[in-house]
Amino acid sequence: MTVDTLRLTVEEAMGLLQRGETSAEELHRAYLDAIAERDGEIHAYLKVVEECQGTGVPIAIKDVITTEGIETTAGSKILSGYVPVFDSTVAAKVKQAGLPALGKTNMDEFAMGSSTENSAYGPTRNPWDPERVPGGSSGGSAAAVAGGMAPWALGSDTGGSIKQPASLCGLVGLRPTYGTVSRYGIIAFASSLDQVGPITKTVRDCALLYRIIAGSDPLDSTTVEMPEPVKSPEAEDLKGMRIGVPKEMNEAEGISPGVKAETERAIVLCEELGAEVEECSLPLSIEYGLACYYLIAPAEASSNLARYDGVRYGQRAKDAKSLIEMYERTRDEGFGDEPKRRIMIGTYALSAGYYDAFYGQAQKVRTIIAREHAALFERFDLIISPTSPTVAFKLGEKTQDPLAMYASDILTIPANMAGLPGLSIPCGLSEGLPVGLQLTGPQFSENVLFRAGHALERALGFDFVPPRLKESA
Amino acid sequence: MNTWEPVIGLEIHVQLKTRTKMFCRCETSFGLEPNLRTCPVCLSHPGTLPVANAQAIEWTIKFGLAVGCKVTERALFARKNYFYQDLPKGYQISQYEAPLCVGGRLVVPGPGGEREIRLNRAHLEEDAAKTIHVGGVEGRIVGAEHSLVDFNRGGTPLMEIVSEPDIHSAEEAKRFLQLLRQTVVELGISDAEMEKGTLRCDANISVRPVGSSELRTRCELKNMNSFNFIGRGIEAEIARQIEVYESGGEVKQETYDFDAASGTLTAHRSKEEAQDYRYFPEPDLVPYEPEPELIERLKGELPELPGLRIARLEPVLGYELALGLVTSGRDALYAALDEIGVEPKAAANVLMNQLAAAGVDPGAVDPGELAKLIEARSDIPRAAFDEAIAHTGNSDFRAETYLAEAAISDTSELEPLIERILAANPGQVEQYRGGKEGLLGFFVGQVMKETQGKANPKVVSELVRAKLNPSRSIT
Repeated sequence: MTVDTLRLTVEEAMGLLQRGETSAEELHRAYLDAIAERDGEIHAYLKVVEECQGTGVPIAIKDVITTEGIETTAGSKILSGYVPVFDSTVAAKVKQAGLPALGKTNMDEFAMGSSTENSAYGPTRNPWDPERVPGGSSGGSAAAVAGGMAPWALGSDTGGSIKQPASLCGLVGLRPTYGTVSRYGIIAFASSLDQVGPITKTVRDCALLYRIIAGSDPLDSTTVEMPEPVKSPEAEDLKGMRIGVPKEMNEAEGISPGVKAETERAIVLCEELGAEVEECSLPLSIEYGLACYYLIAPAEASSNLARYDGVRYGQRAKDAKSLIEMYERTRDEGFGDEPKRRIMIGTYALSAGYYDAFYGQAQKVRTIIAREHAALFERFDLIISPTSPTVAFKLGEKTQDPLAMYASDILTIPANMAGLPGLSIPCGLSEGLPVGLQLTGPQFSENVLFRAGHALERALGFDFVPPRLKESA
Repeated sequence: MNTWEPVIGLEIHVQLKTRTKMFCRCETSFGLEPNLRTCPVCLSHPGTLPVANAQAIEWTIKFGLAVGCKVTERALFARKNYFYQDLPKGYQISQYEAPLCVGGRLVVPGPGGEREIRLNRAHLEEDAAKTIHVGGVEGRIVGAEHSLVDFNRGGTPLMEIVSEPDIHSAEEAKRFLQLLRQTVVELGISDAEMEKGTLRCDANISVRPVGSSELRTRCELKNMNSFNFIGRGIEAEIARQIEVYESGGEVKQETYDFDAASGTLTAHRSKEEAQDYRYFPEPDLVPYEPEPELIERLKGELPELPGLRIARLEPVLGYELALGLVTSGRDALYAALDEIGVEPKAAANVLMNQLAAAGVDPGAVDPGELAKLIEARSDIPRAAFDEAIAHTGNSDFRAETYLAEAAISDTSELEPLIERILAANPGQVEQYRGGKEGLLGFFVGQVMKETQGKANPKVVSELVRAKLNPSRSIT
């Protein structure tokens, strides 16, 4: 049978497999065909796995996730040719669940970026409009799913790298509670913030994938036991749910009018579905979140990226005359501008004499951000805001202005700093491009987010297939 | 005239003898072929994460409890960032703020009485890999053609112990280190062998005018791989600094290597370009909060510490013997002999000389039997005594057997006695020679009486017979 990979959800694909209407190989092949057809333009994949290894619904895997025997580069030249000898825990879990890999998806180098333009292997384009970015850093994963080149995908989120590309590509993305998904084998950017999560077409698909990857891991000391199992959401209303609308996050400078309008429409819908909606405030988190993030994340990155010295794996500079020259040239040639920028910022923030003023202070602010959120969650089950201040922007629009690029994550960063889960769901269109709605809850509230996301998704009736692909199909 | 007082602080690294490495599941090893005990974690492959070795943490706490440290309620691991080929992550996981153990002290007995040396901290970290320089002189980097890195050692748990600058002589530094070594060995947490590198010591040294309490610029002395070198190295550095001051100079903060062969110091690298390690809390590990039950259990497991035992023995035996008994693990046997009532110095000397020379495991010795041997030692020849001592570790050792045999061979002591008895009884001799051979028993009885039964009757009768019948001499 032929499947419409643009429209097929994972739940539907599972149904087809269960009823024997298609096989895992057939399904895998259908997505390979879609990749062959569209990825020349989109460039969602860095590597495609031709052979179907598994019995379930195939999956795309962000290239920051270590896969045994499959080249893993994290979008960096310094890791080109690196073939891991072990599987990340997440890749092992996906394998154990029988999901065949479709390939490794493009990303901003070391997950540093919000547009996938920082990939050493060229940018990914947005299936909704190839002139525009898919967001980042998990832009390849989002573009693969939005472009019908994968039914679901794994991304990773440090400052918003799942939620923001999901938003820009009209998809569902979950950044899980920090510590619920193992980081073992996830190439580290900022260890205290990195978290792997699903990018899918529907909230129920998202819950399915989260159920597969979540759980404590003896190889990652920062993981925790799940307080309750992941549930597939059923309810179609929001009765009894208390939703906060932080005014700073909905009125922040830089939120485009279209995004604001679609978000407000969704908030009204929440009330219609039976939720109690109330305005609230997160003043410090919004004012200081971004600045705080851009000290802590680069500080950790400067240390995490020290291991790339050309000695044991990846690229090594040729013809160096000494060990030091080999180190220097390997790192100079291997890292792109953004990792270099962050290594410098981070090294500075940790330096003697500056530590207290920068890294130390940022850690204190981080505690304040966590407290501010915790106080809100005494009154609300979740809070709501746009995911990204704008819809997908044009390629090249922000590459010359790192600060403008950093500001893309202003709404996703605060919850990340507090270790909280966030779900982005599409809530409408502005300028013909998807607008994402961010639902944030207290730690371990994924089931609540899924429930609310699912009810809203049903009521909104958003069509996740990009119109231009529908026309071409 | 001694007008300068040395001020010395030691930094000691002890490799813990855990089964596995500090942050991965590789087995620890010594002397294996290079790079056999490695895995993606200790080779720092991208994405790998550390998991702290619970045994290493427990042992560090145990050490801390033994030396009176305060165990930290919420200990943190930290990253110490620096580039070196033996450090594959580009940082070492160590501890900075909130180490496992803070404070503490070691009371060091010495010939001049006890001295309390305060500890600053004891913390846990991972060992670096080993660099082997090929083609240079004696494996040094200078002149080497290339260097190889062996990651077998990389990631082995290291306990770092930092003393306060409370040490005031090279001799005291040696004593402190010996006692510290004995403590970790007896706690069963490390072999602490300097030759194997499982115990390493750096010294921070400065000197000041006697009576002053200032702390002057210090120099660090590294790579001293025996107790002897430590003593000599520190002496040399103290002398160097005094010389600098007395010739009107200033001591510069530097690191030195002590070359034992030539007895000279070589400057290492200037501390002025000191590395900025950019410590920050390790985000891949969660803070460690020891359970009160664990601390109680570890306290209950603590043995009586060597320092206390040395201090107890010292007044009777003197410092050297006391230290020797304790650091050689012979003091328990000594205590048993003491209990039985063996003369203390005699017991200690036998344990430290003959028993040590024979390589007898003191744990295998029956103290009662050894006591009999020691008490009889003036009655039997030296060679026989040594021979007997060498067998004291055998499970079926009986002192009587050896004493009896010793008596047989000891004709030199019996012969004059027999001659004296024969001379004192000329009548009986005549009668015997006249054919009354039954008188042999009389002579033997006399000898046995004189030796209070210690002589072997069989040998005595042989000797008497020989004396009475010179023509049929058996000798």
